[in-house]
Order: sequence, then C-alpha cells, then structure tokens
Amino acid sequence: MNRHLISAADLSRDDAILILDTAAELASVAGRPIRKLPTLRGLTVVNCFYEDSTRTRTSFEAAAKRLSADVINFSAKGSSVAKGESLKDTALTLEAMGTDAVIIRHSASGAAHTLARWVTGSVVNAGDGTHEHPTQALLDAFTMRQRLVGDGERGRGMGLDGLRVTIVGDVLHSRVARSNVLLLSTLGAEVTVVAPPTLMPYAVESWPCKVSYDLDAELRKADVVMMLRVQQERMSAAYFPSIREYRRRYGLDTGRMALLPEHAIVMHPGPMNRGVEIAAEVADSPRSTIVAQVSNGVIVRMAVLYLLLGGAGEGAAA
Amino acid sequence: MTEEWLIKGVSIAGGPGAADIHLDGGEIVAVGAGIAAPTARVLDAQGLIALPGLVDLHAHLREPGSEDAETVETGTRAAALGGYTAVHAMANTEPVADTAGVVEQIWRLGQQAGYADVRPVGAVTVGRHGRQLAELGAMADSAAAVRVFSDDGDCVADPLLMRRALEYVKAFDGVIAQHAQEPRLTEGAQLNEGEVASRLGLPGWPAAAEEAIIARDCLLAAHTGSRLHVCHVSTAGSVEIVRWAKSKGWQVTAEVTPHHLLLTDDLAGGYDTVFKVNPPLRTRADVDALRQGLADGTIDCVATDHAPHPVEAKETEWAAAANGMTGLETALRVVQLAMVDTGLLDWAGVADRMSRRPAAIGRLPGHGQPVAPGSPASLTLYDAAAPAEAVDPAAHASKSRNSPFAGMALPGRVHATFLRGAATVLDGKVTR
Repeated sequence: MNRHLISAADLSRDDAILILDTAAELASVAGRPIRKLPTLRGLTVVNCFYEDSTRTRTSFEAAAKRLSADVINFSAKGSSVAKGESLKDTALTLEAMGTDAVIIRHSASGAAHTLARWVTGSVVNAGDGTHEHPTQALLDAFTMRQRLVGDGERGRGMGLDGLRVTIVGDVLHSRVARSNVLLLSTLGAEVTVVAPPTLMPYAVESWPCKVSYDLDAELRKADVVMMLRVQQERMSAAYFPSIREYRRRYGLDTGRMALLPEHAIVMHPGPMNRGVEIAAEVADSPRSTIVAQVSNGVIVRMAVLYLLLGGAGEGAAA
Repeated sequence: MTEEWLIKGVSIAGGPGAADIHLDGGEIVAVGAGIAAPTARVLDAQGLIALPGLVDLHAHLREPGSEDAETVETGTRAAALGGYTAVHAMANTEPVADTAGVVEQIWRLGQQAGYADVRPVGAVTVGRHGRQLAELGAMADSAAAVRVFSDDGDCVADPLLMRRALEYVKAFDGVIAQHAQEPRLTEGAQLNEGEVASRLGLPGWPAAAEEAIIARDCLLAAHTGSRLHVCHVSTAGSVEIVRWAKSKGWQVTAEVTPHHLLLTDDLAGGYDTVFKVNPPLRTRADVDALRQGLADGTIDCVATDHAPHPVEAKETEWAAAANGMTGLETALRVVQLAMVDTGLLDWAGVADRMSRRPAAIGRLPGHGQPVAPGSPASLTLYDAAAPAEAVDPAAHASKSRNSPFAGMALPGRVHATFLRGAATVLDGKVTR
C-alpha cells in the first residue's frame, strides 16, 4: 500500500480487500468490553479540519483513539488558519511537532495531495473539495460486503464482484461519488450513476461506470442504491428548477423504494436532507444501512490507520 | 554608445545560405559574403540563425505594483535572453495602466533598463473593471504611443462596451486585444472542462466560454470595420472561428502562447499549480489545431503571456493559486520544438510569427523588419543545433520561477541579441 491514502485510485484490489478484511477483524474487537488496542501507542495523529465536519472528525478521532494513538484536533476555526496562514505553513508546523499521520479535510480539491508534498508522515484524505473521500468509499464497500456478500469470516478475501450499485444525485460536486465509482469498480461492482444532466460531470463517460438519467429504470435492477446529499444552493446556480422537481425526479420515496429488488439496500453518506433526496420512511426503513455506515466508518478508519501506520507504534508487538 | 559589429557566416532565416552582417550606427549597413569591416568587433556566427529581433505582444512585467514578481528591468533582461528586442507590457499592473501617466512611467522604465523596447498596453476600461472606457486617446498620444489596448486577465464582456472600444481606437489605428473569456460560463473555473478536471474535482473551464466571445467579437469587428486581436487562443474551436473571420476579410488577428503549443491539461493531474494558467491548458487535439493554425497563418503570432508570480502565489492549494507561467526565456526554444522540429514551420516562418507580424499588429516602428541593409540592427542569433537541455528556472533572469518547462529538455539556445546595433546578449548571457 502507498504511504498515503489520497484517492481511491491509489488502492489496488488487493489493497482494498486487505483493508476490508482488517476492518472485519477489528469489528470483532469492537464487540468486546475493552475496545481499545495498543497498536498505535506512542504515535500522534492530527485531525486537520479546514471544513466543519463533526461526523467525519469524530469518526477518525474514535478510530485513532481505539488504536491508542495520541490525537490532536486541529481545526481551522480559532487557529492561525483563520488568520490567513498558508496550508504550507500549517503543514510545516505540524511536521515540526512530530506527527505520524495527518487526516485532512479541506474545501479545496487537491489539498490532501498538496499537503503530502510537505509532510513526512502519512496523509489521509478525509474529503477534499469536490475531489475524493476515500475512507467514505471504503466504509460503503465494507457495508455492502457485510450485507450482501458475507459478514465477518464469510466475506474474507472477497470483493464486490457483480454487485449492481446505483449512485444517485449531485455526482458533479460529490467527492463521495468519485471515490465510490473508483473503489467499487476496482472491487468488481457494476456502478451506475444517476443524476440530472446538469449535475453529471463533464466527460463522465471516461469514468468506470454507466450513466443514466432514469432513476426508476435503474432501481429495478439495483442491489444497492446510494443517495447523495443535494445542496439547496445548487438551485440558485440553475442546476435544477426547484427542490420539489428534484425530489419528484430523483428523490427516493417509499413508492420508488418498492421498485427495488427484495434484498437491495439503501445507503446515504450523510448528512441527509430528509424529505429531499430521501424520504424519512426510507431512511428509517430496515433496508437503510445509514446507521451501520456510521459505525462501520470507525472500524474502517481504524483499519486504514492500522495499515498505514501499523508496526510503527510502541504497542505493535503487544 | 554605438557599437560596430561584423557577424560572420550566419544563416539568415529565409535566406539562401551563410552571409556576413555588418551592423553600424544602429543599423544593418551591409549583408553579403566576405564583408570587410576592419574596425568592427567580429562575431563568428557559423551554424547560427539570424532572426529579426523577436517582438512579444503579450507579457506581464508586473511593474508598478508587483515588483516582488518582476520588474521592467528583470522582465526585459529575461526578454533579451529569450531573443526579444521589444515587449508589450500588459496593463494589469497596480495602479492599472489606464492613464497616460502610468503608461509613460512604464515606457520610461523600459527606456532606462535598455534591454528591450517596452511598449505599454493600455487598459480598455477604467481600472479594468469593464464599465467605462479608459482615456484611450490620451494613452495613444502619450510618449508611450500606445496602440494595443487590453483588459487582459479580464474579458471586456459587455458587448456594447466592446463595440465602442473597437470603434473608438480606429481614430489612432489602435487595436483591441481581447482576453476572450465569458465570465458567467467560467465562474470559479479552474481547469479545462474535460476528463482531467472531472477526475480531479475541479470546476471546468469550457472551451465554449472562449469561443463564444471570439465569435461575438469577430462579428463586432466586421460590423464596425475595426481591428480585433485575440489574445492567447487556446482551443481548436477558436482557431476555426478565427479562420472563418479571416476568410471573410475581416481585420482579425490572433496569438498563441508557447505553453498552449506544447502542454496539455493532463499535466495538472497531480495538482501541480505551475500548470495553472488562464486560459487553461487544453487537450492534445487543441494543441494540434493550434500548431496547424500557427503554421497556416490563421494564428498570426506567438505571444508569451509571460506571467511571473512569487513562490507563495503558487505554493498553495490549486484553487487558491495564481494563474500564469513564465515564458520569455523559453519561447523560442518551445517554438523550435513544437513547430520547427516537427516540420510545421521553417525559420522564415518563425521570423514572421515572432517578429514581423506581432510588430505589425502592434504598429510598432523599428521592429519586425527583414534582416537586410537599412533595417534597424535589432536581431537575434539562435543556435538551433544546440543539444536539448533541461530548463532550470533557478537560472532564469526573471525574478520568478514558475516555468512550466522546468526539467523539460528543450532544444536550441539564444546566442546573442542586438537592440539597434548594441548587443544585449552575447554567448547566452546579458552583456551588463
């Protein structure tokens, strides 16, 4: 595996399966009374969040702490970043303090890439602009494998071959969609993206996925439907006429959910707009894996940190 | 101080074979075989090519206002090293070059530096804000004798204002050099809209945003009978539109940058901000169309769009980084690689596209004239056979290091540059 995790494209099939298998092992620990492992004792992980995201930050924080790493939360608010310090100077500061991994969330596409030039530790991309969010894709893949391929030992070593995954919504601005298309296709899934043409990336035909504007047709053959958050401000930029029309054409309500095959699951990376891209009844239905995705997020991030930093900590031999 | 030179055994671009050139009193006094000039300094120029001194229609010298990036002195030193004897300095300085006072200041700084003639470009609108015409006549009548007007960096997007500007400059034979970029279609745009931008999650910069403005302005130039010059054409579609406008006999000219003749958007794949530029790097198909357009004369000239930036403006996230790349010191070598070594253009063609035509578009006296007796002794001696060597921005005379060609092996070497008979560059080094 690479030293960094910046793009889902950095992962080979073997890398991705190793992460999922490691996560499955760690999941068994999560059920124990003492959930903490000594693996990364003595190592420092910095959560460097230039963009508010309590969910992702706490997920990474929990993951690092369960591996006994020291965690520093460095948020843009109230730090020197707010005073105009450059990404480079922040990187050099973190570097001087001696950090083993930097988890970065940033509003600019490529920020994780850029940061990786200036730090010696591992860089984990926790979402950069409209580029990628690879750990989200990993936790999504983990959830799919758990639910549709085989849980725990039964899923070991397996990919997502032949699984039909439909990703719906603002694909253009979605780092979750970019990472998922890359990772899921690496794992053998057949991915289809569905969006109004205005929210489809230019040259999307070069992506390893199919493209459709017709949600109903895709739902009938999907094993997984993943709904993306749609931001209301897209409306003012003329991407679609109104929330009402968006919901009517691309929202997942109970009527549409009924089109799905019996076994199919409904996913959402959160935070959801209930009543916009997903109806409350759908989000709370047994098909929904939205809560499982959150708990799997911690486990998968543990696996990523373990594999990127593993062996380097004092507790590695323990 | 006048210098007398005898350049021996040089091949003149477009000429029949090796010849001697005798420079005296700032002029070319003789060209031929075996010229005797006993008092002249002799320069053995066997194997070198003599070109008329290069003329750049488009460079950012940054002074006044951004002297940390470049000054007129460092910028013109870079120009001389690149084989240039005249440079048009773009108007996006601070303060903006939108009055006679500012353009005269820039012109004087050029005179003082003495490495190349500096012809300021005047802003079309006050402050380059696109709302009100700047005093174009006053700039034209000033000592700087401005003939090229541009809001470069920003498009004159308002069609009525553009029409008026085109009409107004007819009174003094000026030209409007348009930065063709439809602003609404490029809000937040970062990289050519295509496969690479989509993969990188960077907002796309559609070719249509450039082409729509060029098409509109060609129609306006036709309607008003005015002269339009299109800056840094970057797409295959733009070449088509200019070709169509020229076929109608309209007074439309166009330039292409060295980087758009060589580089493509996939270089931005690692978010290396040295490749961030406006207009953005495009695709291989665009590069091929631009080369073809330059070869067949649809595109009139090569202009560097030399855009120096301090390190901190580029050492940042892609979206926060400044647009632009340096180019004066590498332009001729890039043109050799992209146009000459590929067989698309001969050296006479290079002389035409890099000296004669840009001087004509800028109505620049004393430049772009043939290497022949009676012409001003402004010329460039170029060693096209010099082995390809990797570009090292640290060795550049420009104050800035943002060369997209860093580490690339480019052929050729500018051996010497003469400005009105005085050597500004000898053996690849500035003379003072």
